[in-house]
Amino acid sequence: MVNPVAGLGGRVGLGGTDGPDRARTALSLGARPLAGVRAAAALGELAARAGESPRDGLLVVTAAGPLGAESVAAAGLTERIVYAAGAGRDTSAEDTAAAVRAVVAQGVGLLLFAGGDGTARDVLGALGSPGGVSCPVLGVPTGVKMHSAVFAVSPRAAGEVAAAWLAGPGRVRLRDAEVMDRDEDALGAGRVTSRLFGWLPVPDVPVRVQQRKTGSTAPAPEAVGGIAAEVAERVGAGLLALGPGSTTRAVAAALGADVSLTGVDVLALRPGRPPRVVARDAGEDALLALGPVWIALSPIGGQGFLLGRGNQQISPRVLRAAGGRERLLVLCTEAKLAALGGRPLLLDTGDDALDAELSGHLPVITGRRQTSLYRLAR
Amino acid sequence: MTAHVPVSVSPEEARIADKPRLRRFRQASWDEKLIFELGSPGERGVLVPAADPSVERPAIPAALRRAEPPALPEMSQQQVLRHYLRLSQENLGADLNIDVGQGTCTMKYSPKVNDQFVRDPRIAALHPLQDEDTVQGVLGIIHSLEQLLKEISGMDRVSLQPGAGSAAIYANVAMIRAHFAARGELEQRDEIITTIFSHPSNAACAKTAGFKVITLHPDADGYPDIEALRAAVGPRTAALLITNPEDTGIYNPRIEEFVRIVHEAGGLCSYDQANANGILGITRARDAGFDLCHFNLHKTFSTPHACGGPAAGACAVTEELAPYLPRPTVELDPETGAYRLDDDRPESIGKMRPFYGVVPNLVRAYAWIMSLGAEGLRAAAETAVLNNNYLLHKVRQIPGVSVPYATGRPRVEQVRYSWQKLHEDTGLHSEDIGLRAADFGTHYWTSHHPYVVPEPMTLEPTESYTRADLDEYAAILSEIAREAYEDPETVRTAPHRSTIHRVRPQALDDPAVWAVSWRAYRRKVLGGAGRR
Repeated sequence: MVNPVAGLGGRVGLGGTDGPDRARTALSLGARPLAGVRAAAALGELAARAGESPRDGLLVVTAAGPLGAESVAAAGLTERIVYAAGAGRDTSAEDTAAAVRAVVAQGVGLLLFAGGDGTARDVLGALGSPGGVSCPVLGVPTGVKMHSAVFAVSPRAAGEVAAAWLAGPGRVRLRDAEVMDRDEDALGAGRVTSRLFGWLPVPDVPVRVQQRKTGSTAPAPEAVGGIAAEVAERVGAGLLALGPGSTTRAVAAALGADVSLTGVDVLALRPGRPPRVVARDAGEDALLALGPVWIALSPIGGQGFLLGRGNQQISPRVLRAAGGRERLLVLCTEAKLAALGGRPLLLDTGDDALDAELSGHLPVITGRRQTSLYRLAR
Repeated sequence: MTAHVPVSVSPEEARIADKPRLRRFRQASWDEKLIFELGSPGERGVLVPAADPSVERPAIPAALRRAEPPALPEMSQQQVLRHYLRLSQENLGADLNIDVGQGTCTMKYSPKVNDQFVRDPRIAALHPLQDEDTVQGVLGIIHSLEQLLKEISGMDRVSLQPGAGSAAIYANVAMIRAHFAARGELEQRDEIITTIFSHPSNAACAKTAGFKVITLHPDADGYPDIEALRAAVGPRTAALLITNPEDTGIYNPRIEEFVRIVHEAGGLCSYDQANANGILGITRARDAGFDLCHFNLHKTFSTPHACGGPAAGACAVTEELAPYLPRPTVELDPETGAYRLDDDRPESIGKMRPFYGVVPNLVRAYAWIMSLGAEGLRAAAETAVLNNNYLLHKVRQIPGVSVPYATGRPRVEQVRYSWQKLHEDTGLHSEDIGLRAADFGTHYWTSHHPYVVPEPMTLEPTESYTRADLDEYAAILSEIAREAYEDPETVRTAPHRSTIHRVRPQALDDPAVWAVSWRAYRRKVLGGAGRR
């Protein structure tokens, strides 16, 4: 099941694509649909791996057109279409729910859906009571926000996990994974945190399935002051694009600027003077128009996602134009880094070559004259 | 000295050992006032004979004389004694409880006979400004202790001048700085590499000395990540500061490779052996290629921890780095057999403490090593490792406990456990379990911050505890885990039988509130109720 509009709002800085209005706005801002392509990547990986295990052919039960069938066809798998949206109208959350119910009614071994937190909530709603779902579910990450623990860490990982599950459900445990979505009330109060909506049973393959986001609390001021001083020294006079999150916002505040919690804002740093905000909630095009920028990012607490979750505006093109690794400043307090429990930082820019280039050990700025070398993985 | 290791155990003994009786412990609560609130004006402990008016006052300059007498408590001897005995009963000292919970601190027994040596007037009455000729005995002890620590570390020179812990680490970092300054490479080599499970003083001292710090996180198995090290080293590398085994009790099997990588990049390697208790007589810093190391004499070498009081460190270095050692050094004239203090060392990093360090602890450590001998040192290490793995075996069977990293492998001298599972099941934190332990007459420490191991508990049994002690400690943890699942409220609201319920963390963390002196207490707590 593919939510064709999932992730549309990301690169154009809308922060989410919930509801038909935001999807239309995103398209008018030049967003390109990616959900179908990423779903196809997951299915392609599944097809490649399923070939290695004994099976009697893999049948994908799906909905017509962009709701799934297009991705199944692109991956070269056999499909059975059990739902079609009404012609001549945009698909909606109701289509997601109806498609999910139709697919599950066929007795599938695993429900694979492509979307974000909003889609996960729709799936949960369609399958009944929170915590009472019996069909195993796995999310292909294609949304803007992905606070839920039901997603694989990347489309390919989704294919890998699905293959492992289908090859031998007895060998992989299921665990109840949290369905979370951004808490709009808390956001109004200046806190990025999420709300729990229920659980879905997900194949438990550590690292390949992302951890739920921990509610971010404001980082300790002394740690932030040190990080801000280090950022100021490294950037000198220059443009600094700040990804969303409470750490980057606190750092901006320590530098003397007020930025948004969930968007990408750009500051012009000037030694000896407070920074100037040159762009707020910048999308991909706005960032490219600014020329070379330093990019400051903070991983999503608990999950460890650095790129590809909630900051899709910082796209492969933006990262390449900035100068790649050399211009990337990863900011994180030691406590937040420790809370990852040794799991690597994750990236999923949608560009395999770039992901490979950025992977490896990356210096994470944890204070003034202080870094932790931490693994960044695809 | 070494702990008794039972060779065979009868079934009856085994039954008793497996189910130790839990103590019905209840700690004293004297509701004792602060000493400044006790006594009465004019009350004295010692009556000093008055001076005859004909005796001239000592020539203290007028500017230094007090206008008023100091505001000291005025008390009789018995009052003072009673006051401190009461306070001691409200404490869980190292000689009172099974102190295996203070992991990384190596809470071994400090033999009381060594205190007799220190209290002997031939040590206690010495003055640091005495002429060298009159202190040949203690200089001989210091020199001999240096030779012993040279053998234990494999290094060429040892200084016992610094304090322990951060003072010794800072001395080593200062020597690294002096080394590169002498070679004209200090500007280029401004980075020091350490690991997240090395003692945080390594990072802190490196920063204090002006270096940038790069911290390596463990690989998936909990070992220091060698790929991260390769990514970190380069022409800017001044040194690697590393602990081994780390605070997880995991020994880095690639330690020689670590040293080689750093040496190839032109950096030095400094071994934090503050706690060398699991590897005494088994492996040496020099054998792994290190250039410097340090010991805390209050850990491995048994001197008292003294509540963070004056502790002695030992810095050991290669011949190449010897010119930078703290001064003075103790030198032996082979012709005359006389010892002298050498303060004329122009390349020295200077003094880390006044005079020659903490001499009483040097005497205690010397006595401890000499009483054990080389074989005894190794037996102490082996017994510490055996005790640790015995406790590991017991604790890992407790519901809710896990042992992160290096799955199934034995540990060296300590283990950082995790109560994460228990936390997920009951909502209780490791701190709650530790506080409940106080109701059974013991306690434990969690971990340095940040908590890389979630809900941590660090236990280090050393060689000093008997099997019955370890069984009792494990039984206490087991009982608390049972309570956590069956009666979590009892654990959540603990301690119930301890003197003090819970200490408010602000008293330690908030400069506006903390009061480490009577004057500060009066100002912040008594005088300014509105501030709270």
